[in-house]
Formats: sequence, C-alpha cells, structure tokens
Amino acid sequence: MTDHDPESHLPPHHNPLPELDERAPGYRTVTAEEFVAAQNSAEFAELRRRFRTFAFPWTVAFLAWYFSYVLLSTYAEGFMSTPVLGHINIGLLLGLAQFATTFLLTWLYVRHANRNLDPLASKMRAELEGDA
Amino acid sequence: MDVGNPFLNIAIFLAFVVVTLVIVVRVSKQNTTVGDFYHGGRSFSGRQNGIAIAGDYLSAASFLGIVGAVALYGYDGLLYSIGFLVAWLVALLLVAEPLRNTGKYTMADVLSFRMQQRPVRTAAATSTLAVTFFYLLAQMAGAGGLVALLLGIDSATGQGLVIAVVGALMIIYVLIGGMKGTTWVQIIKAVLLIIGTALMTVWVLVLNGLSLSDVVGAAIDVHPEGARIAEPMLQYGASETSKLGFVSLAIALVFGAAGLPHVLMRFYTVPTAKEARRSVSWAIGLIGAFYLFTMVLGFGAAYLVGADAIKAAPGGANSAAPALAYELGGTLLLGIIAAVAFATILAVVAGLTITASASFAHDIYNGVLKEGKADPAQEVKVARRTAVTIGVISIVGGVLANGQNVAFLVSLAFAIAASANLPSILYSLYWKRFNTRGSVWSIYGGLISALVLIVFSPVVTGSETAMISSIDIAWFPLSNPAIVSVPLGFFLGWLGSVTSKEHDAVKQAEMEVRSMTGAGAEKAVVH
Repeated sequence: MTDHDPESHLPPHHNPLPELDERAPGYRTVTAEEFVAAQNSAEFAELRRRFRTFAFPWTVAFLAWYFSYVLLSTYAEGFMSTPVLGHINIGLLLGLAQFATTFLLTWLYVRHANRNLDPLASKMRAELEGDA
Repeated sequence: MDVGNPFLNIAIFLAFVVVTLVIVVRVSKQNTTVGDFYHGGRSFSGRQNGIAIAGDYLSAASFLGIVGAVALYGYDGLLYSIGFLVAWLVALLLVAEPLRNTGKYTMADVLSFRMQQRPVRTAAATSTLAVTFFYLLAQMAGAGGLVALLLGIDSATGQGLVIAVVGALMIIYVLIGGMKGTTWVQIIKAVLLIIGTALMTVWVLVLNGLSLSDVVGAAIDVHPEGARIAEPMLQYGASETSKLGFVSLAIALVFGAAGLPHVLMRFYTVPTAKEARRSVSWAIGLIGAFYLFTMVLGFGAAYLVGADAIKAAPGGANSAAPALAYELGGTLLLGIIAAVAFATILAVVAGLTITASASFAHDIYNGVLKEGKADPAQEVKVARRTAVTIGVISIVGGVLANGQNVAFLVSLAFAIAASANLPSILYSLYWKRFNTRGSVWSIYGGLISALVLIVFSPVVTGSETAMISSIDIAWFPLSNPAIVSVPLGFFLGWLGSVTSKEHDAVKQAEMEVRSMTGAGAEKAVVH
C-alpha cells in the first residue's frame, strides 16, 4: 500500500493543484453577466426544478419518518414495546427500518442524480466555461 | 476487571503508530502547496474519500460510546446509531455536492461567497473552532477511558498523562502529513475498524445461533433492568424533562452531521461534485453497516460482560467494546480492538485539527487579517502553529472531560454544528434573499445560545456526573440544547435577512449556478 502512488490511477489533471487564488493557464473565467444569464435561462430552471422536486420532498419525508420514530419511542413506549418476533419488538423493528430506508433513499438519489441531473449540469458547465 | 496484558496492548498500539507514521511520511513528501496541506491536492477518488469520511466520522464516540450506551441502556443507546446515520441524508441530498462546487477549502468559503467577507468569515471560523473543540474533547476523553481500561490506570494524573501523549502524537501526524497523510491514516483506520467490528459482530451472532432476537434475549436475561433494555425510555424516561432531552438529542444528531466542519471539509478533497456524491454514498454504506454492528455489540457486551462490570470498569461505559473483545477473543483480540480504537481517536483528532487549523489560517489569518493577500507559505506556517495550539488546548480539555460518555460529548458538538452552521449553509445555498446580517446572526445566535445552554445545563455543573460537580450554576434542565438553539439559529437567519436590505444579486446568481452546475468551480487542472 505504501509503495505505489495513491493517485496513480487518477487522470493526470487531478493533481497537483494550483496555489491559492491562481488559475491555471488556459482557464477561462466565467463572467458575472454570464452567470446571471445562465441563472435566468430555461435550461437552468429545468435543472433546478429536477434537483429540487427530488431533494426537497424526500428531505421532508425522511425527516418526518425519523421524528415519528423518535416521538413514538418517547411518548408511545407501550406501543413500541409490543413484541413481534421473539425479543424483537416494534421499536427495534422500526429502528432497523430506519437503516433500510436510509440505504434505499441513498440509492434512489444517486440514481436520480446520475440519470437526470449530471447530463444537464455538465452540458451547462461546458457551455459556460467554453470547454476549458 | 481483568484487562489482558498491558504490554501486549501497548505493543500492538505502538506497531500501529509506527506503520501509519511511515505511511504519512511517504505520502507527504510532496506536501508543498497550501492546497496539499488542506485538501490533499483534491486528488482522492470518491471511494477513497468515502472510506476516509467514514474514518473521520466513525470516531471514538461511535465505537466506544454507542456500544457502551447500548450495553447499559439498550434501546435508548440505539438512537445515537440511527440519528448519526440518518443525518447523512441531509448531507447527501442538500449539502455535499453544492458545497463541493462552491467552496475551496473551508466552510467559510461557501458561507461568505455572496456576503461581506470579513464578518461572515470570522463568524464561520469561530463556529468551526467551537465545534471542533467540543468534538476534540470527546475524542480525548475517549482516549483517557481506553487507556484507563487497557493499562488499569485508575489515577487521574496517569490518565491525564496518556491524554497528553495522544495529543502530542496527533500533532505530529498533522504537521508531517497534512490532509493527504491524515486521509490515508483515516482510510486505513476505517478499514481496520469495520473489519474488527464485523468480526466481533459475527462472533456474537454465531454464539447465539445467528439470531438477533437471541442476542437481545441473552442481554435481557442478565441485565439488572431485564426486559426494559429492549424497550424505549430506560435512560430518558424518568420525567417529562428527560423525555424532552431525548427529543432534543435526536434533533442535534440529525441536523448536526451536515454542519460538522471536518466532514464538510472532506467534500473538498475530491475532484468533482459527482465524486463528492460517490463519497457520501460510500460513507453512508460503511457508516450504516458499522452502526448495525454497534447494536449487536452493545447487546453482546450487555450479556457477555454485564452492565455492572462495565460500570465498574476503569473508563466506565466507554470500556464496553474493549471488554467485550476480551470476553470473546482474550488478550489478543482486546489488543487489536484497542489498537483500532486508538487509531480511531488519533485519526479523528488529526482530521479535526487539520480542519480547525485550516479554518484559522485560511479564514481568520489570511481572509480577515491579511485580506486574502497572505503569502501561501506563510498561511501554511500559521496553520501548522494553530495545529500545535489546538493540540495543547484539546489536551487540557480532554483531561477535564475525562470519564464522560464520549457519545454524549459528541452530541454536544453536533448540537453546536446544527445550531450555528446548518441554518446558514442551507439558507446560503437555497434562499435567494439571505444576506450578511442573516448569516452573521444565525451563526452567532446558534453558536452562543448552544454554548450558553450547555454551560448552564446539568452536563457542566450541578449533577453527580457533571464535569465540575463541586458547583451548581445549572438552570437549563436539558442535557442537549438543540431543541432551543437549532430553531433559534434558523429564526435569526431569517430575521437578520429580512431586516437588512443588503443583497448581492449578481453574486447570488454566480453561487447558484456554480452550486448546481459546477461551472467555475476550482477543479484540479493541468499545471
């Protein structure tokens, strides 16, 4: 593990990095006007909509589910202590379900971002930076 | 309690220190630029970085603290596991990628992007230092407890000395290795920790016919509280106040992770937003698996070691995991698990120190004092000096906090992060109208309210388990301030923004487009 360069498998442009505020030669700085124009474009509105219609409702959903679990644990002890399988009660089962839903939502988001966000975001980035 | 062979324990630990130091020295040979010191040349792949995030996040609190909390309080201890994990969804869905696209080195880069630089940078750096300090306290306390158990050192002086040695070691890692060296230590440590706990988990399950129900049942049979440990509110059910404290803890846990500066900084060590996303999904997978293990290990320790024996052991609740290792695999497994736990503390503490020193040097020294014109070499010098200072302060704090449950101590760091950082991060990224006053009010309001409520809570004074039990100035009844301070942070952010007319629409446009597309974000470039 120590003998090979940890970055050897990465493309050469990943390293090294320029100093603090220096831009590498050939880098085209995107102007403020271009950023404003991009923000007002229909394409950006679509990207933002795709992102927000996924991220915001799902955030509300998992927070609601997490806090339901917490509040049930706090104020419905009897219900949560109901045995289901052997010594596993409803509370422990819902706790395990929290793990399962976290993994599931992670998978859903990564899939959504790869399919629906990345292509549009990369296209816009390439247009703005002029393929720098 | 028998603690195995102290000499073997120390030998395994020293072997780990030597191996990781060699690695740190090797990877840090070209550690010359500011970027290298802070984010390791932005050169880590998503998977490597995800493992390193897990290494950064799975601290002594997660390993020693949660296993101890589950062993003593059963179900109530599980909340830590669940909250610490679910919190990652906030980071994944809302924070990681836009942050990677907008920032450069520190949280303050993002928070001050479309604001007046000086006040916001100062505020963000202050809260970074505060969160880091509390987090460091927990790690140092964990180190004290662990050594107490391993070497049978009961005296406070002896434990204090050991905490000082751990602190000194961590300073060395940071000074020599910078971010790149620290990241490699974290990767190695995360792999060891997950393999080690997986092994113990399988072992406990095999002893019980691979039935989780039987593990819980075995714990119920021997625990003084019996069946209550599989039910909620054993620890927090005493009164309405303590129940509210539980809800408050839950708020801190779920909103804290996405505001932890050392975790946020990890999003800058990858080349693209897509890699940041991959990092977080890897981290969620590893962290989730690990927390499932802690549940089994906690109930396992409850029946194999016994709650009374754990409480009586030097190091108290924090000794449940190492004591379980000893029950399962004798001296050798205890030595290995103890070395892994030490590695955990070293790696996390090193990561925290890098974050705090980067924040001070980059945001306060260069950003505010030198108005962004500092010589990069000088900035790194300041960062290194800061690392030493922070090391010394955390050693002193660690000695004071020694003996507290480390999962609990970390929950205080989470509360501060959730109150001071998260509101400002979310508003900055998603609310057009947000401005300098909102940002400053939200950061200081969240930070000060959280700190004040902690100082005047039963945690610090006035109870048997308090850090300073000789005086009583406590008037805030909850042991975690999040239920008050998090809403206050959000409210002040809103109030500050709507009472100030200042607004930079052009910078806002730039920030939003950058955060969504990555355009103009610093990428790793050809030299």
